[in-house]
This record gives sequence, C-alpha cells and structure tokens, in this order.
Amino acid sequence: MDTTLTPDAESGLRDEAKPSRRDYDALPASDPKSPVALFGTDEPLAMDSGLTLAPFQIAYQTAGTLNAERSNAVLICHALTGDQHFAHTHPVTKKPGWWETLVGPGKPIDTDRYFVICSNVIGSCMGSTGPASLDPATGRPYGLGFPLVTIRDMVRAQAMLLDRLGIRDLFLCIGGSMGGMQVLQWASLFPERVFAAMPIATGARHSAQNIAFHEVGRQAIMADPAWADGRYLEEGTRPAKGLGVARMGAHITYLSEPALHRKFGRRLQNRAAPTFSFNADFQIESYLRYQGLSFVERFDANAYLYLTRAMDYFDLAEDHGGVLAEAFRGSKTRFCVISFTSDWLFPTADSRAIVHALNAVAAPVAFVEVESDKGHDAFLLDEPALFSAARGFIDAAARARGL
Amino acid sequence: MTSSTTDAPWEAAEQLPRSAEARVDHLVVLGLVPDGARVLDIGCGDGSLLALLRDRRGIDGRGIELSREGVNACLARGLPVIQGDADTDLANYPDDAFDVVVLSQTIQATRNPRIVLEHLLRIGQQVIISFPNFGHWRVRAELAFRGRMPVTEIMPETWYETPNIHHCTIRDFVGLCRMVGASIEKATALDGRGKPMRYAMPWWFWNLVGAQGVFLLRRGGSASR
Repeated sequence: MDTTLTPDAESGLRDEAKPSRRDYDALPASDPKSPVALFGTDEPLAMDSGLTLAPFQIAYQTAGTLNAERSNAVLICHALTGDQHFAHTHPVTKKPGWWETLVGPGKPIDTDRYFVICSNVIGSCMGSTGPASLDPATGRPYGLGFPLVTIRDMVRAQAMLLDRLGIRDLFLCIGGSMGGMQVLQWASLFPERVFAAMPIATGARHSAQNIAFHEVGRQAIMADPAWADGRYLEEGTRPAKGLGVARMGAHITYLSEPALHRKFGRRLQNRAAPTFSFNADFQIESYLRYQGLSFVERFDANAYLYLTRAMDYFDLAEDHGGVLAEAFRGSKTRFCVISFTSDWLFPTADSRAIVHALNAVAAPVAFVEVESDKGHDAFLLDEPALFSAARGFIDAAARARGL
Repeated sequence: MTSSTTDAPWEAAEQLPRSAEARVDHLVVLGLVPDGARVLDIGCGDGSLLALLRDRRGIDGRGIELSREGVNACLARGLPVIQGDADTDLANYPDDAFDVVVLSQTIQATRNPRIVLEHLLRIGQQVIISFPNFGHWRVRAELAFRGRMPVTEIMPETWYETPNIHHCTIRDFVGLCRMVGASIEKATALDGRGKPMRYAMPWWFWNLVGAQGVFLLRRGGSASR
C-alpha cells in the first residue's frame, strides 16, 4: 500500500481522461512483458459457463529453478487486481513485485530452493486472455463478448499452464484473497497435484456483503458514459471515472478503521483549514483519489467487472451439495489457513469455516489468526507474524517432501 | 470406593528411557497411546507431546492451541495445529474423529468443563485427561490452616491471575464422569513431581496425596444424575 500522493491527486478524477486507439496497443493485455503460453484451437479451455475459450494465452512469471525431480514447484495465485509480477518490477507502475515481502532468496518462499510460478488469471488484463484481448473471430476486443469466468476456470487454465511447463504436481499452492479462493479450488479440484496449500485471508464463498461491495464498484463503472456498454476500447474512450470510483470504494474494504485512523486520522491535506468546498480537504480523500487514479493506469475496467463476478460466484460448498467438507474429502494435502484479526472483508470466521470443514474430513490443517490492525491488505504487507507462520509451515512441508 | 486402575501403562512409562526433554506426564500419556493412533491434543502448547507421540508412536497427530506462539512452534515442528480453544472449537469435530483425545491440565480452565468432557467422549474413542487435584493435602492445608487460596507447583498463579476457573478434586471428577456416562478405564494420581503413584489405592487416598489426577476414559455406561 503506497501512501505517496501526487501533487495533483485531488483534482485528478475530475480531469477528462484522453485515451486513444494507440492506448489499446500499449495495454498490458497486448504486451505483458513476461513469458506467455499460447494455447491453440486444439487446446480449448472448457469453462463453467458452458462456453469454450480458444485460442487463448496465459502470461506468467517464474523465479528460481525447477529441480531434476520437478518436485519443488510453488504456484502463487494472485488477488483480484494482482498480476504475475510477484517478484519482478511491474512493467506499468515500475514498483517492486507485489509479494517480495514473502518471496525471494532466503524469504519464507525461498527462490533459492523453490521454483515459483505466478500466472495472470484468465479474464484479467496483464497478458492472459480477457475482455481486453482481441477476439480472433471479430478482430475486435472481446469486451462483454468474453465468456463469464469462474475461479474454477482460472484454476483449470493454471493446470494447463503447469502441464505445458511439465510440472505434474505442486509442492505448494499459496495465495491471498481471490488467490486464496484459487488455492482452495486447486486443493478441491486437483488434490493429487497439491502437496501443501496456504489459503490466506480468504473464504470458501463470497459473502453477501462482499458481493454488495463488488456490485457498487461494477455499477460505478457501468454508470460512466465512457464505458460505452463495454465497447470503450473500440470507441477510444476509457471509463476512468467509473473504474476510479470502484477502486476507491473497494480500497476502503481492504483497510481497517484503526489503520485509516493511524495513517490519516482527520488530518488535512496540505492546508491549514477546510476550504469550504468539495476539494480533497482530508488526507484520506486525497489518498483514495490517488488510489483510484493510479489504478486506472494499470487496470482494464471490463476485466474488473469479470474478476469481481468470478469472486461473487465462488461458493465451494455449493459445488458439493452444500457441504464444504465434501470439497476436501480424501484430500492428502496439508493445509495452513491464515487470517488477520482486523480483516473485515474476509473475517476470521470465514477461515474457521474452512478449518472446520477440513477437520471434518480429517485433513491435516494448521490455522493461525495473525494479530494485525492493517485489515485485509495485511497479507501483502510487512507482517512478521505472517512470515514466521509461513516459514514454519513451508519449511516443515519441505522436510516432509524431502526438499 | 476403590480404584479400578491397572498399573501397566504407568509401569511402561516408568521403564521408558528418559529423554532429556520429555516431561514425566508426557511419558505417562505415551504409555497409554497405541502405535499409529489418530490423536488430538487440546491445549497442545509448543507441540512437545504431539512430537513425542509422533516420533515414538508414529501417531497421526492434530492439535488445538490458544496462543499464536504455541501454534507457530507447532508449525515449525510440522504439526497440524489450529489456533482455537476447547470451549469453542470441539463442537465442530465429527463423532469418533480420533482414536485418542488428550486434554492435559486444561479442563479446569474451560468455561464449561462438563460440555467439554462430553465433546471429548464424542470425538475420541478414548480420552486421556489430566488436571490439578484441588483435594491435595497441601491445598487443604492452605485453606484449613492459613485460610488462603493455595499456590502450588502445578497451580502457580494467585487467585486473581489464575486461568483456572473450575477447580475440582479427583473425587469431583469421578462424579462428573458418572454424570456424563464416561467409563473410567484407567486412573491414577501423580505426585508433586509428576511421577505416577504406582499402587492401586482407594480414591480417598489419591484424593489426598495426588497432586494431579490422570484418567483414561471411554464413552459408555449410562449417565446417572
């Protein structure tokens, strides 16, 4: 989480975005700046919607070296607006990889020991096929013509990528938030391919409250005239205001009241007194506007619609007769579930529900509730208690696997 | 009332080589757990008992521990331990989920010992439970002669700091076992140094000289109240 504010942040969202067709060619969807696996019409992705996607591509990044036994592979699953650049400088924002706190030489996910993979999920916009990609049938961007994506579709696509890379099974599958949903889906769909699983700050289903927040974000995007019924890339516009507002709202849910109070309180932004206007008087306003602005630069509005929908549709119990435990019956995977005390988006109760389901089928599960006031975003931040729990679990799992 | 104990497991515990780390009460549990059993240790601390049972008995062990420090220590030992407590988490385990459930020095700190005991008997084929005996002569002497709440080696906190909110004597516990229909397969008392008292004795004697009670229970019989 970056608190740096640009000088013009307070007026930013009121500026007209001036996209052009050239912007489309520069979109990360077209040029991911990372390796890409291409799947032709002979290797379609069968999707939960009943549709198939072909051809399609998956953009991914790796770190470390696959050992001779191919037994040291770690799959990192990224969150809603994350991407494959987990330990690499981001091609758009130029910021460090989003999980360099946890992944790297000597870190809990030690790239000197493990071969770490992270792929951009299907439906996103950082190089894997999604609504901003060109539909080969029309030669135009898919837009809303792209099939609805589910968490299971993302996992199936990742499995195809692992097949392509010659990796039979994973030593570890790990991720937070939407990434945690993918971890649970992996363990349920391909239990024999997952030795150890770490779902962090996540849930086995998206709550009504979370669906509600997502719907507000989607409506903000759709209410922006520049969205143009999803055809903004063809129209040469960008729904920057709508997407920015969606991000602002969502960003609040990633934090906590104590964290907001500690960082911003009621402090004013570069002024001694309120201006008696609707300018961003408060630091928190300025911060949120900046978050909205910077997000628009790196993310596609339609991809945001599709990925929030994928999370909304996720209910692992529903797929197993309403009994979550059935999703894990017979699993040999060892689990470590982690939640954060101040996370109200995916509260500890959600993680406990996962733990209880795993207990019910006698799966080996560890569970830690990390004390933190940083809210949902804690999984991306410097949280020593998270790192020590992860290190303990991963090291022990590596010993058990003979790594 | 006389005890129905057999001393075999305690003898076994006595004969095991003493590793530097293993606590005597852990060795007592070791003597009661069969090879390869599925074991749930509630209030497992740093996982030392589970690790001992895994290394010596090849058990499939699980744990519940309240403190994050304890859970982290368990993670580092490769033990699947969840952060939780006996009062809230036991209800979610299915019947007969484990061969053996261990509750060591914890029942007196639970909010509802009877419900906890009923869950233990439901979840485990066998239950090993130990607790500090409030009927011990030193406890009685503190109360009788000094009129003070006792502070002893296994109950080291003063009354206003202790987590122990439901003290009981060995005889009280036998009464609870009757009430919930638990059959007592083995029982003994440990002395102040945690060593098992090896001879079959009447309950009243153990209730006076035992610093801890250790029971091996199984669901069965009929509840009487």
